[in-house]
Amino acid sequence: MEGIKTSSVGSNKPLHISGAEAIVRCLLAEDVDIIYGYPGGAIMPVYDELYKFQDQLHHVLTRHEQGAAHAAQGFARVSGKVGVAIATSGPGATNLITCVADAMIDSTPIVCITGQVGAHLLGSDAFQETDVIGISTPITKWNYQITNADEIPEVFAKAFYIARSGRPGPVLIDITKNAQFDFMDFEYQKCTGVRSYEPEIIVEPKKVKKAVELINQAKKPMIIWGQGVILGNAEAELKELIEKSGIPAIWTILGLSALPTDHPLNMGMAGMHGNYAANLLTNQCDLLIAVGMRFDDRVTGDLNTYAKQAKIIHLELDESEVNKNVLVDLVVLGDCKDSLRLITEGIKPNSHPLWIQNFKDLYQIEYDKVIKNEIDPKSGLLTMAETIEKINKYTKGDAIIVTDVGQHQMVACRYAKFTQSKSNVTSGGLGTMGFALPAAMGAKMGAPDRQVVAIIGDGGFQMTIQELGTIFQTDIGVKIVILNNNFLGMVRQWQQLFFDKRYASTELINPDFVTIAKGYHIKSKQVNKREELDKSISEMLNHEGPYLLEVIVQQEENVFPMVPSGACVSSVRLE
Amino acid sequence: MMAKKTYTVSVYTENNVGLLNRISAIFLKRHINIDSFSTSESEIPNIFRFVIVIKIESDRIEKIKSQIEKQVDVIKVFYHTDSETIFQESALFKLPSDVLFEKRQVQNIIKNSHARIVTVSREYFVLEKTGFRHETEKLRRDLEKFGLLQFVRSGRISVTKSKLPIRDLLEKFKQNHTDQINTDHE
Repeated sequence: MEGIKTSSVGSNKPLHISGAEAIVRCLLAEDVDIIYGYPGGAIMPVYDELYKFQDQLHHVLTRHEQGAAHAAQGFARVSGKVGVAIATSGPGATNLITCVADAMIDSTPIVCITGQVGAHLLGSDAFQETDVIGISTPITKWNYQITNADEIPEVFAKAFYIARSGRPGPVLIDITKNAQFDFMDFEYQKCTGVRSYEPEIIVEPKKVKKAVELINQAKKPMIIWGQGVILGNAEAELKELIEKSGIPAIWTILGLSALPTDHPLNMGMAGMHGNYAANLLTNQCDLLIAVGMRFDDRVTGDLNTYAKQAKIIHLELDESEVNKNVLVDLVVLGDCKDSLRLITEGIKPNSHPLWIQNFKDLYQIEYDKVIKNEIDPKSGLLTMAETIEKINKYTKGDAIIVTDVGQHQMVACRYAKFTQSKSNVTSGGLGTMGFALPAAMGAKMGAPDRQVVAIIGDGGFQMTIQELGTIFQTDIGVKIVILNNNFLGMVRQWQQLFFDKRYASTELINPDFVTIAKGYHIKSKQVNKREELDKSISEMLNHEGPYLLEVIVQQEENVFPMVPSGACVSSVRLE
Repeated sequence: MMAKKTYTVSVYTENNVGLLNRISAIFLKRHINIDSFSTSESEIPNIFRFVIVIKIESDRIEKIKSQIEKQVDVIKVFYHTDSETIFQESALFKLPSDVLFEKRQVQNIIKNSHARIVTVSREYFVLEKTGFRHETEKLRRDLEKFGLLQFVRSGRISVTKSKLPIRDLLEKFKQNHTDQINTDHE
């Protein structure tokens, strides 16, 4: 391939090996020690090599390819490394597709490897042949079909480089069976550049200067940060800017955990189920500084009424996100680790006590109307929020929290406390139900010394419930909390509010989750009484190894605050 | 809603399989109809140039450009209005040979349109006309009544009046690469 920069790893003479062995050696050269996957006909030569290399490369057999790639995502999100999933051709490959789309929209670095029928069979509708390159093209950062063993080292080097550099994302490599069997001379050189792709952008000093001016002049400034801060390892730089400027800051759900929850200038969550102050004051600030976020519609609501009164500065690495949804006044292109540092150097120290008082006053309103009743209800069934509060009590914010999609996800993001970054793993952009259980497995293996708590609804849990088998077989010590309201709660909430309570297909008649967990030899318990919640949570967290706790929560609880879909952020409702 | 305008989008790319699919998917995802699409090797060996014609609101063209440019194998994207480019289309017309000899009118049409006769056989002859859309279109209408056997028009090909700094970009990458190798060896 032309236009690729490389750097040698070692200086050994080329090895004469099979393509399949070359693939495993490529993974080792990229420091991969765990991969998730599921075998099948078109990938068997690689599995044969995985058998030989099992001391160096741990393959985790999931129960479905979706579980494998979500696990790779969870692994990547907490470790900052590239996650790897492997599957066979046809259905194996198509089962990865949801995860690839999820990783694309949430900028998660993963490399998916799929087997493919032999090159001579391509296009013949052979057994388990699917055009996975065609299918995955719009949802991959890059993809490539290897039909010749000689291509393997260079393509793998390029794949890992592309997945992790710039704005990270998923890469898919499809490998025909002949390329796995054929012998080639193996020599690995890491990729350090591709001429048609410029992931590193140097921050322009004049943009920094302009940003500094705007920040110094602002009376009611506000920061909104996203996952770019975490992906760019810019947590310290964000904190320094916030502290020196005294600017209150809010976050998108993928930005959550970049700044400790109890930081005095952390003003909570933006968007549809974000905090009252965060939404209302977005439309009152005079300067909005957006850092590594992409103005998703769930964050902005109606674009015609979003922060119209404010000047907006956008610190962003991906040029295609600039002025995509919200037209901004100043763009500072580049890695936010650089731009945040440069801006912080330039600004004068400041504080905004009167402006910040607005956040506190609005928090009090939200607390009285919503939060108090949710975290400390005096009667009725348990609530989702009080369960999260109890988890906070014991983890003290040090756990990795993995959530699925729906009401429990919004509640967990609103109430879970965090003391360190890369601790909130959730499917944000795609909203993939079934994400949490396998992602939590990957998260636990990516951060084995940390407590990992998966918080999942009864709906999403049943989308990837089979991964309990992987958790048992591989002994992954993840804690699973099922917040069971016997409903697809978020859809039910919308039906209640916008479809006159016509609960079409949202009620779930569920199996006995505790018995199911027992069937998988996973310790489990159900709790439905307030007086037993505290003890149950502590028991779960103190248990060695995996544990499933089913919490029976109120059936028709709604998540508030809420900005109705497509409405103005300042029309945020508390009831 | 803003009025739509015709833009010629020039995409310089590496010569990689599947890129056509990747680029056309960007238009598909946004429900943008492609008026014309052509691709060929560019002035630089092994670098390809796509020429894509679309009608789109002026506030969306920049977004499309950056979405295409974001693709790993795309080197650079430019877009231009008609007045900023020199553009042409080619058309081929296949007609029965008897009209060429029996209808004086046909000979006049060929002469006036500056079309070129590519081949003549006993049964048919083929005309080629390169020019603006309205010119090939007029020729098609003029020849229609003489029993046009086949007609085909190419996508637009276009060069820009302004300079496109592709060589400079590639040179810069090469330079950085050399710098890096030198640093590696230090």
